[in-house]
Amino acid sequence: MSDDPRIAARGSQIAARGPNEPRATSHEERLLSVDHLTTGFDIGGRFVPAVIDVSFHVAAGETLCLVGESGSGKSVTALSIMRLVQPPGRIAQGRVAFNGRDLRSLGEREMQHVRGAEIGLIFQEPMTALNPVFTIGNQIEETLRVHGRATRRSAKQKAVELLDLVSIPEPQKRVRDYPHQLSGGLRQRALIAMSLACEPALVIADEPTTALDVTIQAQILELLRDLQRRMGLALLLITHDLGVVAEMADRVAVMYAGRIVEQTDARTLFADPRHPYTRGLLASIPGGEPGSRLRAIQGTVPPLGSLPPGCSFEPRCPDRFEPCPAAHPGDTLVGGSERHTTKCYLYSRAVEPDVRPEEGRA
Amino acid sequence: MTPLLEVSRLTKEFTRKRGLFGEASTIRAVDEVSFAIVEGETFGLVGESGSGKTTTGRCILRLIEPTSGEVRFKGDNVLAFSRARLRQARREMQIVFQDPYSSLNPRMRVRAIVEEPLVIHKIGTRVERRARVAELFELVGLDPSHLSRYPHQFSGGQRQRIGLARALALNPSLVIADEPVSALDVSVQAQVINLLMDLQERLKLTYLFIAHDLRLVRHICSRVAVMYLGRIVETGPTEAIFAAPAHPYTRALLSAIPVPDPSVPRQRIVLDPDSFDRRAPLKELKAGHFAAV
Repeated sequence: MSDDPRIAARGSQIAARGPNEPRATSHEERLLSVDHLTTGFDIGGRFVPAVIDVSFHVAAGETLCLVGESGSGKSVTALSIMRLVQPPGRIAQGRVAFNGRDLRSLGEREMQHVRGAEIGLIFQEPMTALNPVFTIGNQIEETLRVHGRATRRSAKQKAVELLDLVSIPEPQKRVRDYPHQLSGGLRQRALIAMSLACEPALVIADEPTTALDVTIQAQILELLRDLQRRMGLALLLITHDLGVVAEMADRVAVMYAGRIVEQTDARTLFADPRHPYTRGLLASIPGGEPGSRLRAIQGTVPPLGSLPPGCSFEPRCPDRFEPCPAAHPGDTLVGGSERHTTKCYLYSRAVEPDVRPEEGRA
Repeated sequence: MTPLLEVSRLTKEFTRKRGLFGEASTIRAVDEVSFAIVEGETFGLVGESGSGKTTTGRCILRLIEPTSGEVRFKGDNVLAFSRARLRQARREMQIVFQDPYSSLNPRMRVRAIVEEPLVIHKIGTRVERRARVAELFELVGLDPSHLSRYPHQFSGGQRQRIGLARALALNPSLVIADEPVSALDVSVQAQVINLLMDLQERLKLTYLFIAHDLRLVRHICSRVAVMYLGRIVETGPTEAIFAAPAHPYTRALLSAIPVPDPSVPRQRIVLDPDSFDRRAPLKELKAGHFAAV
């Protein structure tokens, strides 16, 4: 159940990273920038959007958390960046720029180089992301060789170094293990090692600790923070757990039913949430007087195929009023901070610009 | 007051053979686990994967036959029951499973799913059963006009409500809830937890709540037992344990919970498995608070 005890024994107390310092980001520093991205699925002759007009950026070295529940579009956003959306899914419109290059206009070969070599990917379930019939070492070596980062011989050595980097004990031995021989925590470490093999500038981690126990989760999060410090990695972390967000994020984008409904730095989000959905999520976390009723958000997330015509949170919103059912609100700056935006009529009557994705068929 | 459920030295061993001619080895998934639950309380069984908490729950219902130990329900030894008597007893002890996607038969209409326990136990006429099913549906906050739908037409939270309606069909006094909300979205978890608390009050239910989410356990359980590698390493009133965890494992576990507030400084304690004796017996530290230290 536990990760290898040797890892656990390593420091009896790991001091955590301090406050989530907001950073100023100029345009030049933007490593990844996503603008007006809309992705959806062609189902029964209709385009059903899963990601609607999503814009955000990740600066070098920072951590942006995309938070949302199932169906919020957070994973489809990640797949869109990597151009891994499979038909009937497709990117309808928007721009994805990485290091100044437009990823959507790259050829498939160049894109393959970006995946893995320039942007690392970590998935939720390490067992399905690893190939069960090859050793951990084989798989890391393959990544290195495919991207021309090592020769056959040097790849072996590099694989051991990578396992050591992610604190897998006895890396010379473990490199010959098959995925099933590792515990869940070690498997996730191996996957992280693989995603770091080519020293990417950005790692996209989709629920990297959701399948793990809390004590192992704590170790993996600490590892990610440590690697980030040492390698200057930028991290796009996708999660549904606000606890994980609080521990990891510099900035946060909250997604609901395909849209980013609130975006700001982590401290502001927790101290001064503005969107009723964000407020509801934070309020529903168990706490307060034991045995008291939890403040649940009523209703359920609407299915993507039948979003309400107005604000998609309106049917569940405790603060809804007359403009809400008509059209979806647009981004509004709130709280005096330039970096805090939300989509809600409580703060302004800004209406979302027409983003009808059907017209995005270029 | 006699406890509703009393578990003593419950043990479950699994044997496995390594290869065709390999030696058989024995794993103690549940190792001399003892606890008692009084009527009307919510008792939390906490631990990580592999700690034996789910196996413990299933051994109590004899969904898995325990190797040794004793389970007393209202004073009677469940492990000595004949099949017929066990079936009778299971009317009063029900279980709600973690995964609302795999625990409901996808080919049955939800009416039949909720009605099935009544049919098996030959309760009521057809008409009476129908009425009871509609009543149960309303009890768990679902619309009885949706009774002829199939499970896939419901969301995760709604499916968990269906599982709960089925579990409540026979008027049980004890409900074993095995991670009942961990497969649900955050905003829906709170709804189901509120429902569980409401039902407890209305129907005077007793819960054995098996979970790994400690925030949740703290909120709804009056007492908890922390399991580690098949054994209970600490047990007592929830607030006492959260305020002053005594066992190194409990301390590590509590410190690992991510706090949803970036301004709170984190003090993470990593467990050193050599820092304690795994065979240490439980000792009473304060009234009702025991730890294996």
